[in-house]
Amino acid sequence: MGSIKLNKVTKSFGSTQVIPPLDLEIQDGEFVVFVGPSGCGKSTLLRLIAGLEDVTSGMIEINGVDATQTPPSKRGLAMVFQSYALYPHMSVRKNIAFPLKMAKLAPEERDQKVENAASVLNLTDYLDRRPGQLSGGQRQRVAIGRAIVREPDAFLFDEPLSNLDAALRVNMRLEISELHQTLATTMIYVTHDQVEAMTMADKIVVLNAGHIAQVGSPLELYHKPANVFVAGFIGSPKMNLVTGPDAQAMDAHTIGVRPEHITISEGGGTWTGKVGVSEHLGSDTFLRVNVDGVGTLTVRASGEVALRHGDSVSLIPEEGKVHRFDADGLAMQ
Amino acid sequence: MLSPAVLLLLAWMIVPLTMTIYFSFLRYNLLSPGINAWAGWSNYQYFLTDPAFFAALTNTLLLVVGVLLITVIGGTLLALLLDQPIWGQGVVRILVLAPFFVMPTVSALVWKNMFMNPVNGLFAYAAKAVGLQPFDFLAHAPLASIILIVAWQWLPFAALILLTALQSMDQEQMEASEIDGAGPFSRFFYLVLPHLSRAITVVILIQTIFLLSIFAEILVTTNGGPGYASTNITYLVYAQSLLQFDVGGGSAGGIIAVILANIVAIFLMRMIGKNLEA
Ligand SMILES: Nc1ncnc2c1ncn2[C@@H]1O[C@H](COP(=O)(O)OP(=O)(O)OP(=O)(O)O)[C@@H](O)[C@H]1O
Ligand SMILES: [Mg+2]
Repeated sequence: MGSIKLNKVTKSFGSTQVIPPLDLEIQDGEFVVFVGPSGCGKSTLLRLIAGLEDVTSGMIEINGVDATQTPPSKRGLAMVFQSYALYPHMSVRKNIAFPLKMAKLAPEERDQKVENAASVLNLTDYLDRRPGQLSGGQRQRVAIGRAIVREPDAFLFDEPLSNLDAALRVNMRLEISELHQTLATTMIYVTHDQVEAMTMADKIVVLNAGHIAQVGSPLELYHKPANVFVAGFIGSPKMNLVTGPDAQAMDAHTIGVRPEHITISEGGGTWTGKVGVSEHLGSDTFLRVNVDGVGTLTVRASGEVALRHGDSVSLIPEEGKVHRFDADGLAMQ
Repeated sequence: MLSPAVLLLLAWMIVPLTMTIYFSFLRYNLLSPGINAWAGWSNYQYFLTDPAFFAALTNTLLLVVGVLLITVIGGTLLALLLDQPIWGQGVVRILVLAPFFVMPTVSALVWKNMFMNPVNGLFAYAAKAVGLQPFDFLAHAPLASIILIVAWQWLPFAALILLTALQSMDQEQMEASEIDGAGPFSRFFYLVLPHLSRAITVVILIQTIFLLSIFAEILVTTNGGPGYASTNITYLVYAQSLLQFDVGGGSAGGIIAVILANIVAIFLMRMIGKNLEA
């Protein structure tokens, strides 16, 4: 139980349409990630599903039932907010128990469920503290605890990790993935961090200005981007996009090559240029090579590459790893 | 090292205070000038055993508590109302604040003559319109009437402070509670009220300080009567020293009022001051 279907859903704030007609289907038990640049409508879409915003037109089905007019509390969904949205005047225990209390559950049953959730999330020692006395990661866990006690049909996360430091983010990412494994509940997760998207998702929905640019598994998006937007958005560092004669030579308007699919050759290659700024990450080095008439290309090289600023290099794109796009930005086969 | 500011402040307070204390131990009546004999504690004894003192003490407490109840509850409701998006919000908010800008004497006079007057007042008019006997508020319910007048003056203050507190309420918390299944009442009692507690504390503290010394409204409307029915401590001190020309007795009353106010202040700070620390 936890399938969600959006049918021609639109949303306008005043006269500006933030979500143009949008169709999306989410299967029960899926981990779906919404990614996209800032302001593309990820949060709005999530809030439409949660019922915190009313759709302007279209229909939202949850478990096969039209839920467009259902109030948020009746949709069987739980949401985790970016700011955690914990109730500051209540202890952790009361925070987690709050939805159960509102559902008029008996106190014993309530305590039982809170204890369970707390032990799953390692919060047992903090149950009597206030949210203000917890660290960011612990607060995040309380927010998740408050969501899981309701045993919802689906979880909605709006950038839940963006306030945490890098190390903690990796940890929480794993914890949420594990939670998804154990609960097998549908999860919808909004982020603009593509590492989160790639590592956690069963299915990624890439949004661009309110419409869906592509839906697919992380590897599908990586290997077969449907358009220039997805090609440029998924993958880090960004795919190199080249227009002009080089593209025309391949019968395309734009061609794209990922930095990891370009090799550096000693003598002669497709492109020749001068090394600009390079980023040394230890395991890899990202070279930015200025090629006349093409622009700056990013190239991934090994960590020990001995090239310096100003050195001249030749670059060869790997056979079969070049993506071609037509004038509308759509991928060509 | 005492800074000059502290010294100035001390002088400012200490001089009148010591003079009042000094006068309170003298037999000092303006009707018999020159006989400023030492009176010992007799002024205090006289003031404290005066039946009017206990009436005034109860009235003072009733006045403070009554006005606080009305303004805090009414102010919260008003703030909730003003927080709703309505047409002409800015104008409405300024209008609501208006009573606060009216001088106490003026507002008391307006209430006395235009609303509560049993012959010409609006209330009397309304009562007659529905066939009821007009009620003489200031004669039959003097203290309640004064509480009403003072509460009307202080309601905007409470509402405004509570409104600003309401507006700082975290929107995501409200949304989270909506998803958690909390209705408007649960949301008010579990989220909004705890959030407002600090602002309510501030309102209570500030208002108590001013309400303990209500005077103009009483002078203008009832003159403390009938009998002592609407006399509070402040008014009693005034009556003692300026109506009965007993400066010694009035000073003793003043000192007692200062002590009472301090007891109330300590009590308040203990009781709700910890609300401010958290
Ligand atoms: N209440 C509102 N009124 C008017 N416009 C709004 C409102 N909420 C959002 N918008 C607009 O809708 C667009 C999408 O906003 P949304 O919050 O969904 O973006 P987002 O993808 O979540 O971005 P971010 O990654 O920065 O959180 C933005 O252009 C924003 O300005
Ligand atoms: Mg957002």
